[in-house]
Amino acid sequence: MAKINMLQAINSALDITLEEHDNAVVFGEDVGIFGGVFRATSHLQEKYGRDRCFNTPLVEQGIIGFANGLAAQGSIAIAEIQFADYIFPAFDQIVNETAKFRYRSGNEFNVGSLVIRTPYGGGIAGGLYHSQSPEAYFAHTPGVKIVVPRNAYQAKGLLLAALKEPDPVIFFEPKRLYRASVGEVPDGSYELPIGKAEIVKNGEQVTVLAWGAQMEIIEKAVEMAEEDGISCEIIDLRTITPWDYETVVQSVLKTGRLVINHEAPLSCGFGSEIAATIQEKCFLYLESPIMRVCGPDTPFPLIHEKEYMPDHLKTYEAIKRSANY
Amino acid sequence: MLNPNNVTVSVVNQPHFIENGALEIPMYQVLDEQGNVIEGAEVPDIDKETALKIFDTMQFVRVLDDRMIAAQRQGRISFYMQCLGEEAAITASAAALGDTDMIMSQYREHAALHYRGFKLDQFMNQMFSNELDLGKGRQMPIHYGTKELHFATVSSPLATQIPQATGYAYGQKLAGKKECTLCYFGEGAASEGDFHAGMNMAAVHKVPCIFFCRNNGYAISTPASEQFAGDGIASRGLGYGMKTIRVDGSDALAVYHATQLARKTAVEDNAPVLIESCAYRLGGHSTSDDPTGYRTKDEEKQFGASDPLVKFKHWLEQKGWLDAQDEQVKLAQLRKEILAAVKVAEVIDKPAFEEMFTDVYAEMTPHLLEQMNELKAHIKKYPEAYPVTSGRID
Repeated sequence: MAKINMLQAINSALDITLEEHDNAVVFGEDVGIFGGVFRATSHLQEKYGRDRCFNTPLVEQGIIGFANGLAAQGSIAIAEIQFADYIFPAFDQIVNETAKFRYRSGNEFNVGSLVIRTPYGGGIAGGLYHSQSPEAYFAHTPGVKIVVPRNAYQAKGLLLAALKEPDPVIFFEPKRLYRASVGEVPDGSYELPIGKAEIVKNGEQVTVLAWGAQMEIIEKAVEMAEEDGISCEIIDLRTITPWDYETVVQSVLKTGRLVINHEAPLSCGFGSEIAATIQEKCFLYLESPIMRVCGPDTPFPLIHEKEYMPDHLKTYEAIKRSANY
Repeated sequence: MLNPNNVTVSVVNQPHFIENGALEIPMYQVLDEQGNVIEGAEVPDIDKETALKIFDTMQFVRVLDDRMIAAQRQGRISFYMQCLGEEAAITASAAALGDTDMIMSQYREHAALHYRGFKLDQFMNQMFSNELDLGKGRQMPIHYGTKELHFATVSSPLATQIPQATGYAYGQKLAGKKECTLCYFGEGAASEGDFHAGMNMAAVHKVPCIFFCRNNGYAISTPASEQFAGDGIASRGLGYGMKTIRVDGSDALAVYHATQLARKTAVEDNAPVLIESCAYRLGGHSTSDDPTGYRTKDEEKQFGASDPLVKFKHWLEQKGWLDAQDEQVKLAQLRKEILAAVKVAEVIDKPAFEEMFTDVYAEMTPHLLEQMNELKAHIKKYPEAYPVTSGRID
């Protein structure tokens, strides 16, 4: 067990998979000799050769189309989209192809061995096009699973599990934490469950929920709230599709209050889906309206990044409003 | 209609595959490595004023790039992209256009913008995201754009401007203007689907558009040899039925002349033209990458030897249009001006808080107004957490 950062943890998961499976292939823009713009694929080409880890031409729709074909053939296709902001040329391949391959063929064909890795999120002075959190677009598409890790340990375990999933997975990596998140991570292989949220901290009065990079934000907010005597339960959703509403429902039945935090804009963000489901399942137990602390409904601005972010202070205020409603 | 398939039919009775290399694509060059006119080369008709403006612009971006990379390393700006090695390709192509021709750039073409008249302080205001930035501080450094100078605002996603250029040029044609659009993109961006869409539509709809591909050998770390297997980007132009030329991108005269002729075709014949300009990206992709991670110093020495500035300068000196001593004085002056401009721009106020919510729509919608007011109240409560705007909220 060594202390490593999230990039190293992801690199290790890819390394293990390439080592274990001769038909596993890693590809994307600049992932070859350079090891990717964030270095998540460092040394993989050196170790496994250009047939197993390679640069593709600069064409996201091509990368995912290629990945669909490769996965349909039975290989383990591990595609990198350099920034989640640049996934949209591949939208058709993901939404109409990846997600519907199994269904439309009556399960004659599937692309279950496909994982799309892509860094997402703000907080790195990336402006409009290096900051977006597009998970909700894909959550609206039945047929593709969505996973978001919160730290190095979670990243490795969830990625290894995603690679074993019989369904295609989009694996959103919080790039703000790539180097910032350092922790103990086992050297060998291990898996964390897909489709299962995690209660990170038990509490009584308010359930506070997020995923990915926003987990450290809500943890900070909860620390502040607990100093005010508000006991909070913290949940990391981990999987957006299929999301673990059972864990959230059980928590809200206990606390009667829910604060959801995500970086993506408020309107039609995944928080809307959670709020709708929880009010349906916990209506008579709710002590306050479900609150959402999200990015505003604007593109992601550079100079006003701090103002834009659903930070710990905004979350703290929401927790207090929820508790004192 | 030629035939339902819209193809030429020349029947043969043996199976005949056409292979890579069947088409020879020459590269137009006027200046040799030293900057002497190659014997027999067609030299463009260029006056002293234009030639010197091209040179001054190339010089300006060379110095600007150098200073701003230093500024990025000092942490004064977050990001920068230089055009080292490509100054001639970008400047001389822009110089061959009319003042009101539209330019749709990728992101490395600030030389074209400066040629059009974008001033030093305007560059600085954008890079420092201050309240005088035309883009209101919303985008990362080097994402310039100005309607006044007919230069579309840069968008980071690659190749999206290519089909847009086609549409813009169609509008110019429809309006009966003797204008064209020039669209810059890299050889990497030419792999995107938008490249195909834009090129094909331009040829089918016969638009006055010049597609200027800056083949600089690299897309971040990916060499052209891993980007495509055909003969450059020029070979594709003919596939779309488009007039095409390959030009030495380190040769200002060749680029200028090729673009002049392309413009004539675009504007007079309403036909798109593809120019593939070949130069070498001597610097990194941006300040976010280090080329030593993907190429050797020897390679840089070999391909970076052909300096577009040195070549053009030599030609200008031969013409007797340039005084070497004057140039030294001008260079020193320019460096000083840039440093001074940095100091001015970095202390100008950042855009007002409200600018985060404006321009999402033409008019702010009620829900955005509500979000803005909620955020304003929050910032007032925690002013120290939002230093960029808290001091200026009423």
